[in-house]
Amino acid sequence: MSKDMSYQGLMARKNEIMKRAVGIDYAVFESGSIAFDYERMMRETGYTLEEMQKIQSSTGVGNTPLLELRNLTALARKIAPKGKGARIFIKDEACNPSGSFKARRAANAVYHAKKLGYKGVIAATSGNYGAAVASQAAMQGLKCIIVQECYDSRGIGQPEIIEKARKCEAYGAEVVQLTVGPELFYTFLMLLEETGYFNASLYTPFGIAGVETLGYELSMQFRERVGRDPDVVVCTNAGGGNLTGTARGLIKAGAESVKIIGASVNLQGLHMASDEQFNKKSFTTGHTGFGIPFATWPDRSDVPRSAARPLRYMDRYVTVAQGEVFYMTEALAQLEGLERGPAGNTSLAAAFSIAQEMDEDQIIVVQETEYTGAGKHIQAQLSFARDNGIEIKFGNPEEEVPGKNIILPAHPNLIQARDLDLEKIKKSYIKNCIEITKTDNVSEADLAFLAQDTKSSQGFVKEVLESIKVEGK
Amino acid sequence: MGMKVSKGEWVLIHNIVLKPEERAPQVPEDTKKVPLESWVKGFLQQDAQIGEEVEVKTITGRMVKGRLVEVHPAYTHHFGKFVPELLQIGIQLKEMLAGGEVHE
Repeated sequence: MSKDMSYQGLMARKNEIMKRAVGIDYAVFESGSIAFDYERMMRETGYTLEEMQKIQSSTGVGNTPLLELRNLTALARKIAPKGKGARIFIKDEACNPSGSFKARRAANAVYHAKKLGYKGVIAATSGNYGAAVASQAAMQGLKCIIVQECYDSRGIGQPEIIEKARKCEAYGAEVVQLTVGPELFYTFLMLLEETGYFNASLYTPFGIAGVETLGYELSMQFRERVGRDPDVVVCTNAGGGNLTGTARGLIKAGAESVKIIGASVNLQGLHMASDEQFNKKSFTTGHTGFGIPFATWPDRSDVPRSAARPLRYMDRYVTVAQGEVFYMTEALAQLEGLERGPAGNTSLAAAFSIAQEMDEDQIIVVQETEYTGAGKHIQAQLSFARDNGIEIKFGNPEEEVPGKNIILPAHPNLIQARDLDLEKIKKSYIKNCIEITKTDNVSEADLAFLAQDTKSSQGFVKEVLESIKVEGK
Repeated sequence: MGMKVSKGEWVLIHNIVLKPEERAPQVPEDTKKVPLESWVKGFLQQDAQIGEEVEVKTITGRMVKGRLVEVHPAYTHHFGKFVPELLQIGIQLKEMLAGGEVHE
């Protein structure tokens, strides 16, 4: 009767536990090879846009203000070539009940858990999503447990994560705090098995579909205000759900010509599961340590098939330096009177640079902000970095080395969105699909799926397959 | 001897979830040297002293055992020490907007 609670023993029960905790039989959408029916999964397990709007508005989520950043636009025009400098707008998602766009994801997930009769919800997250799930659980009367990776082996915690724990507890959630390591998933499974609660994963169809309302609202707000859709939407990218949901919402609004740009903080060189490096980073989300692995293999999360598939929708992927994001966070407060959390401003730093490539009559939108406060604040995060031996100085952010220094731009004209090679990322995704599924013969359905899942063509997929000597029909 | 804590108090307990030798194979070397630890808060189920093995009832009603480390655990995170560099950003940008520089 007593269950094997060892790491291996529990992991062996993973599929069984997950199926019970998510309430989705993913096998229904599988083809038996690489391809799976993504749209059918989103249709049959998600909600319609109208249903989501209703669920969200009943808990005060969504319909956040769209603000024009006139002073930052003027600043960009000062340093851009003549005639350049698009109008910069921001969607003030910090106005959601839990202080970030994650409320949209959580509203749906918690609603769904309640509908299915679960008594509580569990989420594994150190970020804004925990607060969002906790807030929604409070509103909808469910119990809530949040599992966080929080401390290094010295017991020193990232101030941003500790603040998130406080916020979750403020909403009545239980917070389980852990030291660094991917075995967080082990604790997470153990809790799901023990409680029988719903897995409010970030990557279920309900969660991702919840962000569609954001993309849809953006289009509607722009049409009402300036009579047309924006030209570019910049999304801070980590696990890919923000970008995926926003892009799908824009498509549902018929705004298909809008360019979608992903932006991540560059944390190259830092290992995300390293105990020693855990407190050397000054961003706990929105960084390349999530962005790249989740783009090149989205199905690495806590559900078998992730509904977040950023390569399907991304037109361009850029990085910015930590120092640039901190600088822009301060600029947003000083020039626009908006004090918002740093991580959400990743896409703002990128947009400030990209706006300077665009014409003055064009429009670029930063599609989220997040709350700020003790711990989760540039001053808290910068002084924490300084205490952990990171050098902070003014200079050229191009020379920033994650884990060694944070370089605040000496002049705003040094802020530069740096392009990642999106084609290379698409290639690694395709290679991962082959290696992980151990496929040696790619079917026609697989080809079509891979082309869609990488927003490319079957020709491109075939080329990649040839380069790794795999046959494609 | 540790401090005496009464039954019913809100406390923090600590656990070793996995010993170094039990850690997952994919964990980097430095992380493999240390255990996976966890902390949860709950209502203490019996009179005890700091450092003793106890049982708590968490806010969701779970019963969890662990080592008693703190009574009335408080949040001590803050806005950090003063970072003088931040002050310069607003000054510089407001000057630029007021007219100073032009297209380069």
